[in-house]
Amino acid sequence: MLQNDRSPRRRLRDNLLRGAICVAAATTVLLLVSLIGYIFMRGLPYISWELLSTSPSALRGTIGILPNILNTFYMILLALIIVLPLGIGAAVYLNEYATNRRFVAIIEFATETLAGIPSIIYGLFGMLFFCQFLGLQVSLRSGALTLVIMILPTIIRTTQESLKTVPESYREGALGLGATKWTMIRTIILPSSLDGIVTGCILAIGRIVGESAALIFTAGIGAVIAGNIFQAMSRSGGTLSVALYVYVFERGKFDVGFAIASILMLLVFGINLLAKFAKRRLSR
Amino acid sequence: MKIKTVTEKVMNTVFFACGIVAIACVVIITGYMLYAGLPAIFKIGPAKFLFGTEWASTAAEPKFGILPFILTSVYGTAGATLIGVPIGLLTAVFLSKVAPKKLANAVRPAVELLAGIPSVVYGLIGMMVLVPFVAKTFNLANGTSLFAAILVLAVMILPSIINVSETALNAVPPEYEEASLALGATKMETIFKVSIPAAKSGIAAGVVLGIGRAIGEAMAVMMVAGNVANMPELFTSVTFLTTAVSKEMSYSAGLQREALFSIALVLFCFIMLINFLLNALLKHKKGGR
Repeated sequence: MLQNDRSPRRRLRDNLLRGAICVAAATTVLLLVSLIGYIFMRGLPYISWELLSTSPSALRGTIGILPNILNTFYMILLALIIVLPLGIGAAVYLNEYATNRRFVAIIEFATETLAGIPSIIYGLFGMLFFCQFLGLQVSLRSGALTLVIMILPTIIRTTQESLKTVPESYREGALGLGATKWTMIRTIILPSSLDGIVTGCILAIGRIVGESAALIFTAGIGAVIAGNIFQAMSRSGGTLSVALYVYVFERGKFDVGFAIASILMLLVFGINLLAKFAKRRLSR
Repeated sequence: MKIKTVTEKVMNTVFFACGIVAIACVVIITGYMLYAGLPAIFKIGPAKFLFGTEWASTAAEPKFGILPFILTSVYGTAGATLIGVPIGLLTAVFLSKVAPKKLANAVRPAVELLAGIPSVVYGLIGMMVLVPFVAKTFNLANGTSLFAAILVLAVMILPSIINVSETALNAVPPEYEEASLALGATKMETIFKVSIPAAKSGIAAGVVLGIGRAIGEAMAVMMVAGNVANMPELFTSVTFLTTAVSKEMSYSAGLQREALFSIALVLFCFIMLINFLLNALLKHKKGGR
């Protein structure tokens, strides 16, 4: 009955709007599907064992991305080792220690500001501060330190979120039994917020894997395998994303570029799945 | 007992130190950007630097006018927003209000994946697919252009707009919509006249977040925009603030290098402005609820 009250114009407008909404959603999905499809179509055929397991050789004219894979791995490891204590510590401070609300607001504002700074600015800052001022040179460690500042907001936010879900009664129980604050945090609070911390790590790994602008000027584009992880830290080393940029934009090796892009997409898939899994555990 | 209190005090200090790391980082970064960026601006002259229309950093008589970069960044971001916001907002409406739950749950991971694609991969696709396409469609000798950059940026800011807008739309109290429906408004009228206006500050936050992403993006834009210091036109090769920095940094020296830091400082000012705006919008939302 209500349907009959509607003038044709009104109905037409309704249908147009509904159509626009569906078209927009379909565009988004189609974009993604065609992007991924195209990358895999162009890239997967070029992924070979040789590409994955060798270093580039000017002598033989071959290209291998093993150094870049190792660099990505080292970068993730080093950045996480540094950022985790800092980020978790900051979140614990905000949630468990801080009493001055204005101070908390300032810290949160600073965190949001850090999250909004684009990676090219981090790259420049890292180059000036870590590479030149602290004398660390263009190296994996300079890159990792730059990334630490970049992913700090992510770790703080996810940890804080899971700290908030720890029931107040746990704290009261622990303190009531005579535990000191640090003991309570160490034995009760941190273990119960482990899922949030893991989620933060996964998100951070995603950022690190995809990052290029912040790393080009701080970690460079090196593609030589160092003897061990400690030697690697003080040398220039390009991650996979940086290598993609260099191979495609500076050397015109498009096939290698698409192969690396396929690997990156597979990594992104994996990271997204892991993040979802961790979040589900978090909400349980 | 004594050891315990000492540990307590130490841990207290340690956590406090971690807490102020974020503040310290912001202060140091801001300080460094000013320290590195200001000298060249004054050497060149603020007006000449900001409003000069010619950039020839390696010429015998170098010129350092960054107006082309500023305008390119502004136009590029505006263009990306113009394309990205309608698609993003409508997709958010689809996810939040129109789609059946199962369909929404299938589309949402797609948006998350879109957010996870590294910017160099966007750049690669832009360079290999979009640039030739633009050249062919508009009969250009070279497809690297502001237009190509706008399209790439529009796709890159979609996830931010969709995610934030959807959260805002989900937070609209159902009573508002029920009241509107009960008064005889259709579903679409309810969405566009009740839900979206009620969620407007959240949606605005999403848009501002997208603007921040677009103006700060370097690598993807570098690969499709051509990187020539032209005044911006839709189909010419252009240089953004971000790419002006990254293009010349590796071989720059002297005043040229200092000027690059000045460009970064200008970009930094834009970003800080956007951050403040974003913060105000989000706070407004919190206060309103």
